[in-house]
Amino acid sequence: MSEPQTDTTPLRRTPLHDRHVSLGARMVGFAGYDMPVQYKEGILAEHQWTRTHAGLFDVSHMGQCFLIGRDHETVARALEALIPADIVNLKPGQQRYSQFLNEDGGVLDDIMVTRSADPDEDGTLMVVVNAGCKDADFAHLKAHLPSPIKLLIAEHRALLALQGPEAAMVLSRHCKDADQMAFMTGASTLFDAIPVHISRSGYSGEDGYEISVRADKVAIIFERLLAHSEVKPIGLGARDSLRLEAGLCLYGHELDVTTSPVEAAIQWSIQKRRREEGGFPGFERISRELKEGPSRKRVGLLPEGRAPAREGTEITTEAGEKIGLVTSGGFGPTLNGPCAMGYVDTANSAIGTKVHLMVRGNAMPASIVAMPFVPHRFHRS
Amino acid sequence: MGEIKYTKDHEYIRVEGDVAVVGISDYAQSQLGDVVFVELPKLGKALSKGDEAAVVESVKAASEVYAPVSGEVTEINSGLEAQPGAINEDPEGTGWFMKVKLADPSELAGLMNEADYKAYLASIH
Repeated sequence: MSEPQTDTTPLRRTPLHDRHVSLGARMVGFAGYDMPVQYKEGILAEHQWTRTHAGLFDVSHMGQCFLIGRDHETVARALEALIPADIVNLKPGQQRYSQFLNEDGGVLDDIMVTRSADPDEDGTLMVVVNAGCKDADFAHLKAHLPSPIKLLIAEHRALLALQGPEAAMVLSRHCKDADQMAFMTGASTLFDAIPVHISRSGYSGEDGYEISVRADKVAIIFERLLAHSEVKPIGLGARDSLRLEAGLCLYGHELDVTTSPVEAAIQWSIQKRRREEGGFPGFERISRELKEGPSRKRVGLLPEGRAPAREGTEITTEAGEKIGLVTSGGFGPTLNGPCAMGYVDTANSAIGTKVHLMVRGNAMPASIVAMPFVPHRFHRS
Repeated sequence: MGEIKYTKDHEYIRVEGDVAVVGISDYAQSQLGDVVFVELPKLGKALSKGDEAAVVESVKAASEVYAPVSGEVTEINSGLEAQPGAINEDPEGTGWFMKVKLADPSELAGLMNEADYKAYLASIH
């Protein structure tokens, strides 16, 4: 049986590394970190557990930073020069998904931005970025933020995600009123007596939270959450199958420096004011693509058979003409079948279009379908 | 039940007369994780030792399964299509992949017996 290639670069560790090992995790290199890809029960069981109960993920490899300015408007305008989201009009405590863009409108990274809910912290934005991009992102921020804006890289902070339909009930036992928070809002609060910043968001398609805490306190929170019968530890394998079923982009797969947010079908993250006013890198291309449509588009792909189509699989018309490539593909445990995402020429991107996926030289019939593959169950109050 | 032999790539072969049952070892299934799909060869296919004989896919990735010996595929385990999890639950029993009519029984001599395979697993860990 063939074995996957392994990278031998020394890997960084999160504060919970030894705990993952003691829980029986299989550790793999991911974005420079030695991370749990699965625990003893395996990816299928972990995926299903998250969809039905609450899954606890260590995502401390992700980058966290704070941008601090004189007031909200000052810091928001500084960040808006690098991303296409409307940050000026974020309300205190509100969170938004966005992207760092290059001059061509290509995506450098996709990020979450939260305006501090605390009036004493007016002028503070919390930004969470991908692990694999964080060093470049922080350098990008340092190079481009005007000098009165302070960049505070929160290397001393860890990050957990608690995802699933029972996450709100569980977290409310430790964080007062966590279940009262609206989707895509954040708050500084106490977990028992430990200061944390929580946001009601995540990347599984389920209701849930991300919990940012000082690295030296994360083990206590991890254990207290794990002590609940509703909670199990979940590895990166299920994190990936959950986000794939949810139709969410993963940097390095659906997003890279060549893809624009319009091609990636995440133009919902560019609010009206920014579309009209511009003032972000790549505005010319993005504006044109919004008006005329992009030349290629990210789509969902549902194979008719059982064979998964992996990243890099060629997508063709039924006549065999190449129209694109799969960017993420695998098996959806909740869907109980294969599903994939990829880019195709816009002319062939309509929902319902029949295509072929070239898996090991065979043309596998598939359809272009609307995403998500599994309906989102975010908390909408 | 005949003698079971293993390859360094973690396929097993259990010889029953001039036919051999081929699958992946318990170690291989534990390394793969949950199997969600198997692509088996066509009946009658002539395999040479070392050929890609099948593909086994876990949630994360696809892996090739190589023919441990040369021979013709005489039977495939079509039950795996509906129950690929059998490979995880019972790799050397209900999770078998295919039966092969041995073309050259002398090839078996190059494979490891159970004790040698255990020692080999210990040596790679």
